Amino acid sequence: MTCLPARTEKKLGLVIDLDTCVGCQACVTACKEWNTGGHMAPLTDINPYGAHVDGVWFNRVHAYEHTTELGGRTVNFPRSCLHCEQPACVTVCPTGASYKRAADGIVLVDEDKCIGCKLCSWACPYGAREFDSDVGVMKKCTLCVDRIYNDNLAEEDRVPACVAACPTSARHFGDLGDPASAISQLVTERGGIALMPELGYKPTNRYLPPRARSERAAKVDAPALEPIKAEGGFLGWIDRMLSN
Amino acid sequence: MHPAFSVVFFTTATGAGYGLLALLGLLGGLGFIPADFWLGLVGMALALGLIVAGLLSSTGHLGRPERAWRAFSQWRSSWLSREGVASVATFIPATLFGIGWVVLDRSGGWVAAAGLVAAAGAMVTVCTTGMIYASLKPIAQWHSRYTLPAYLIFAAMTGSVLANALFQGFKLGSTAVLTWALLVTLAGWGWKLATWRYNDQLEIPTTANTATGLAGGTVRSIEWPHTEENYLLKEMGFRIARKHSAKLRRITQALAFAAPAILLAIAFFLPWPLCAIASAFAAVAQFGGMLVERWLFFAEAKHTVMLYYGRE
Repeated sequence: MTCLPARTEKKLGLVIDLDTCVGCQACVTACKEWNTGGHMAPLTDINPYGAHVDGVWFNRVHAYEHTTELGGRTVNFPRSCLHCEQPACVTVCPTGASYKRAADGIVLVDEDKCIGCKLCSWACPYGAREFDSDVGVMKKCTLCVDRIYNDNLAEEDRVPACVAACPTSARHFGDLGDPASAISQLVTERGGIALMPELGYKPTNRYLPPRARSERAAKVDAPALEPIKAEGGFLGWIDRMLSN
Repeated sequence: MHPAFSVVFFTTATGAGYGLLALLGLLGGLGFIPADFWLGLVGMALALGLIVAGLLSSTGHLGRPERAWRAFSQWRSSWLSREGVASVATFIPATLFGIGWVVLDRSGGWVAAAGLVAAAGAMVTVCTTGMIYASLKPIAQWHSRYTLPAYLIFAAMTGSVLANALFQGFKLGSTAVLTWALLVTLAGWGWKLATWRYNDQLEIPTTANTATGLAGGTVRSIEWPHTEENYLLKEMGFRIARKHSAKLRRITQALAFAAPAILLAIAFFLPWPLCAIASAFAAVAQFGGMLVERWLFFAEAKHTVMLYYGRE
């Protein structure tokens, strides 16, 4: 059913730390590797070794240059489904293939019901959904629904593949609906941000902005130092000899 | 947005078809035009033919067209599903009206009722089509108060100009229908100009800053996540050069509005069959012009996901 649940018991989602993400793409490849055999399998690659490569990915890492009056910095920016509280991608679906789970808030696609009309991808402002032209259906991030509840995995592995792979711990997984959860406290502590809040989709995922720049480092672009008082003794003698 | 021809043709053809069906249902059912067998047959075949051709064309856009029947299920939340339900439901009164008006040569009574219900169904279906686009928040050019009225006005316009050509062709033309076709063409012109003006001045609050959550200053894309074009860029990254857009807008105005308006105005003063020929040319030019208009409707629409790729 494409009508949204009035509320979900949990709001499972990701928190992505833009301060520590190094843009290594480990989350991208880990996602592709897990999900090409997972719930939405396969993540088709079209012409993978040819001249015009195409394919389905759930997670893509952009890089931006953010310039303010304080200077510029490079920000690596992983982009994936935000599992919104008001996902228009679900309500526009004419077949009931797209749905939001009442239990944990995860937005999923039932591949067997999808007619491939692509309207959900138009309704998503974040570009989270990608069409698989080989199978003719829409695909999207599942929040690794087949990992996080998987009894066959060790408990510490029951997190999305992208979170497990991140070498800098820039990705965090948990219940954002529970204010006491570690992930919610991290959002409060670091001022986590929702993307495009003005559109009213109420994304579950949060992004932690890069930390403020430290004032401790040497200012290499500062003007040259003033001449100091001439030094006496042996070093002063050398300085005078070299200055002549 | 990528202007897929299947969708461009679908919205244009069904718009004209439902406009014509509504007019035939109203005028025929209430007896304003005589129940002429050949006029009725050609008229209903044209209206339903445009609708069926459009609906078939729309399934060409689907990845799994064999599952299209599933699209009737989610009318509670989805405008696309509502469109599917409304379009199919409208066939019932349309068929009854066609049987009564064309085959049984009757108007009034249950035929009038079927005609009016068919006209209402046609209007509702066009509204649902318009709402599919008007409800999409990521595309500011569509998510505006101009979109829904545009679909209604253009359906009425193309349907009326087509109906006028049909009536004129059967020597059943009337000044009233001709005047209505001319007026609604001028209304369509005005609405399109107003829409373009609104879109050209549009200030969109969503920026690369809000898209990335990086507050203040400028956010410049320095590296894409992929080196080749992906689905998002193919579907949502369509760009049209400003000079091409200006030229296509002029072509739209000439074909869809100016030429039909002039031809219809001339038709007032022409004897039959010249007035019928002028009316037919007006309908053909307008349909061609509306295909260009609909192509531009997609090509000029910008999706927020392109902000992630450094495009405005």
